[in-house]
Amino acid sequence: MRNGRLLAIVIAVATVALIVVGTLWPIQSAVAMAGSGSSLLRDSGSPQAAVENLADEIGQQAWEKAYSGLANRSEFTELEFVHDLTGTYPSLRTYATLDSSELRPLHASADEAQIQLKLRWSTVVGAFLDTRDLRVVRTGDRWGVLWPIVKEPRVPAQVIPVNYLRWDVIYRGPEDDWGSQDVEAPHVRIVDMHPVDRSGGVVIMGELLNEDVVPAFVTVKATLLAKNGSALATEDSFDKISHILLPKQVTPFLIAFHDVALSEVDSVHMEPSATLIAASADPVIEIEDQHLNPAPGASLSGKLVNQSGQVVSVAHVLGTFYDKSGQLVWVADQYVDRALLPQTPVSFAMSLPADIASKVSSERATTTTYSSGRFQ
Amino acid sequence: MKSRFTFLLGGLVLAAMQLAGAQQTGGLRLPKTVEAGTAFSIQSAGSGKAVLYIVGPGQVLRRNIQLGEPTFFAPEDLHNAGHYLAALVAGSSTENGAFDVIAASPPAALSFLAKPSRLAVNLHDGISGVVYVFDRFQNLVIAPTQVSFQLSGGVGAMQTRTVLTHNGVAWTKMDSAAKEGGAQFVARVGDAASTRVIQQVPGDPCHLRMSARPSGQRLAVETEPVRDCSGNALPDGTIVTFTETYDGGESTADVPLKRGVARTDMPAYRGARISVATGVFIGNEIHWGKER
Repeated sequence: MRNGRLLAIVIAVATVALIVVGTLWPIQSAVAMAGSGSSLLRDSGSPQAAVENLADEIGQQAWEKAYSGLANRSEFTELEFVHDLTGTYPSLRTYATLDSSELRPLHASADEAQIQLKLRWSTVVGAFLDTRDLRVVRTGDRWGVLWPIVKEPRVPAQVIPVNYLRWDVIYRGPEDDWGSQDVEAPHVRIVDMHPVDRSGGVVIMGELLNEDVVPAFVTVKATLLAKNGSALATEDSFDKISHILLPKQVTPFLIAFHDVALSEVDSVHMEPSATLIAASADPVIEIEDQHLNPAPGASLSGKLVNQSGQVVSVAHVLGTFYDKSGQLVWVADQYVDRALLPQTPVSFAMSLPADIASKVSSERATTTTYSSGRFQ
Repeated sequence: MKSRFTFLLGGLVLAAMQLAGAQQTGGLRLPKTVEAGTAFSIQSAGSGKAVLYIVGPGQVLRRNIQLGEPTFFAPEDLHNAGHYLAALVAGSSTENGAFDVIAASPPAALSFLAKPSRLAVNLHDGISGVVYVFDRFQNLVIAPTQVSFQLSGGVGAMQTRTVLTHNGVAWTKMDSAAKEGGAQFVARVGDAASTRVIQQVPGDPCHLRMSARPSGQRLAVETEPVRDCSGNALPDGTIVTFTETYDGGESTADVPLKRGVARTDMPAYRGARISVATGVFIGNEIHWGKER
C-alpha cells in the first residue's frame, strides 16, 4: 500500500517535470505540430537560423510568413512560391506534409552564405526529397533567404483532340440464376519469375502479362514453402507492380520477404489474380532520354512526356532491369511528385543498388498514371 | 411457426414408425413411384378411422382416413422429388411403408453453365457447356435425358453435339471459330432451351510491322493493323510498345491501338534503333535511315 502511494507520487512528479521541460525546450517537430508560430522560432541573426525559420514556416504551411521573410520576394508572387512547393495542379506535392528538414552549409562569408536545404515530404506512397541550394544574404542585422523559385510551366490554351477509348463493365446481378453467365475475368500469365537471396531475405521478381483483350486490375501473391510443404511466409507485390494492365501490357513485380532465408525455401507458390475493371487507354506517357547512370549513386533517369491532353496528377514509374543474358535482375520504382502537363517533360530518377547496377545490361521503364478525381 | 410444427410432427411420426417397425401388417398399399405433381391414391385395409402421415423432403402431409377406402391426393400435393415415408396410425398400431416421388416430365428448365464467356479464336475444346435438367418444380431430372448443344454464329461452321444426362447432368466441349465475333451457345431439351453468348476474340499477335517518318523535329512511328495468326485484327486498346535506343539512351512509349493501329512520336536521333512489340511478340526493327 505504501509502495503504491510512493510510485504514484513519483509518476506524478515525473509527469509534471516532463511537461515543464517540453514547454520550455520543445523539439522543432512539436513546435510545428503545436502551430505555435513565430514565438518559438529563432531570430534570423545567422544564415542557418534564417533557413531553419523558413523550413519551419514551410512545415507549418505558414506561407505568408515564409514568403514575407524571403529576400527576393519581388521576383515572384506568394502564389507562385506556394505553387512551387505544393504544385499548381493536383499532384503528390499537394497532399504531402513536411516530415523533416536538413541543412548543410556549403559556403559562408560575412554578407552571404550558401546552404543546402533538404525538405523531406511524406505522402501516402512514401517520402520524397526536395533539395534546394539556397543563397542567404545579410540585410542589416538580419539574414534573408533568396528562394530559387521553380515555376511550373503553363500549358497554353488549346484544344487537344483525343480519340477516347475506354472499357466499361456490367457484371451479373444478384438476382440472376446461379447458372447465369458473368463476365469472364481477364486472363493473365506470369512470363518470368526469379527468387533471389537479398540481404538475408528473399526477393521474388518477375513479369506479368495481360494476354486478354480487356483491361485487368492485377495483383501477385507469393507463398514460400518449406521442404515439408508448410508455408513459411506469404506476401504480395503491394505497389511494386503496375496494378492496371491494358491488353497485352506487361508489368514487372517485386515481392520482398525480409525474414526468410532462401536456404529455407523449397518451392514458391505464385498466385496472380486479375479482376476485370473499367479503364481508359489514355493518357499515353512517353518515357524519354532514359539513361542508366553507373555507381556511385546508380540510377535510371529519364523524362516523362504526357502525350495526351489530360493533366496527370501522379505518375508511378517502374523500372525492369536485365543482365546480358536477358535475365531479370531487379525491379525499382519511383513516384513523380509533380503533375504531368500535356507535352511537358518531367524528370525522374530511380536509384539502383550498386551491386545490381554493375550487372545491368538493359532496362525497360513503364508508367502507371492517376488523374485527380478519376482512377486511371 | 408452421414449419417448426411440421418438422416436429414429422419427427414424431418417424419415431413412432421406428417403435412400430415390427407391427407391419401389409395392409397399406403404396405406389412404388409417383411423378411429382400428379394425383395418386393409397389403399389401406381394415375398418375404422386412422391417421395417414406422408413424410418427405421438406414436406409432411396428414390425412384422417377411413380404413379400407382409398385416400386420394391431389396433383399439387406432392411436388418435391425424393424418398417419402408413409405411416398409418390407427389407435395403438402403426403401419408404415415408403415410395419415391420422381421428377415430372417433360423437363421444363435448364441451368446452363457455359465457360468461358470470352476466349481466343481457334482453340480446340476451348468452350465447355454443362447443363443441369430440371422439371417444372425445380426437381433435378435424374432419368437419362437427351440434351442438344449447339454453337453457332460468327463465321465458323455450326457445331452440334447430343449428350445423354448422367445423374441429371450433361456436358460437352466445343471448339472456338477461326474468326472473331460473338457465338450463340444453346442447350436444348425438348421445348426447354437456354442460350449463352460466347465472345470469340483475336488470339496472340502474329503480324506486327511499323514504319517511321519524320514529323517536324521528331519521328512519327505507326504500325500497320496488328493481326493474329488467323488474320483477325487485334482490338483497339491493345498496348503496343515502341522502344528507341540511341547513344546510351532509350525512349519508350506504351501506346494503345486506336482504329487498328498504334502511332506516336519519338525523338529523332540519326542511327537510332526503333523496335516494336506487343505482349511477348516482337515486330520489326528500324534503323533510322535504314530499315531491316
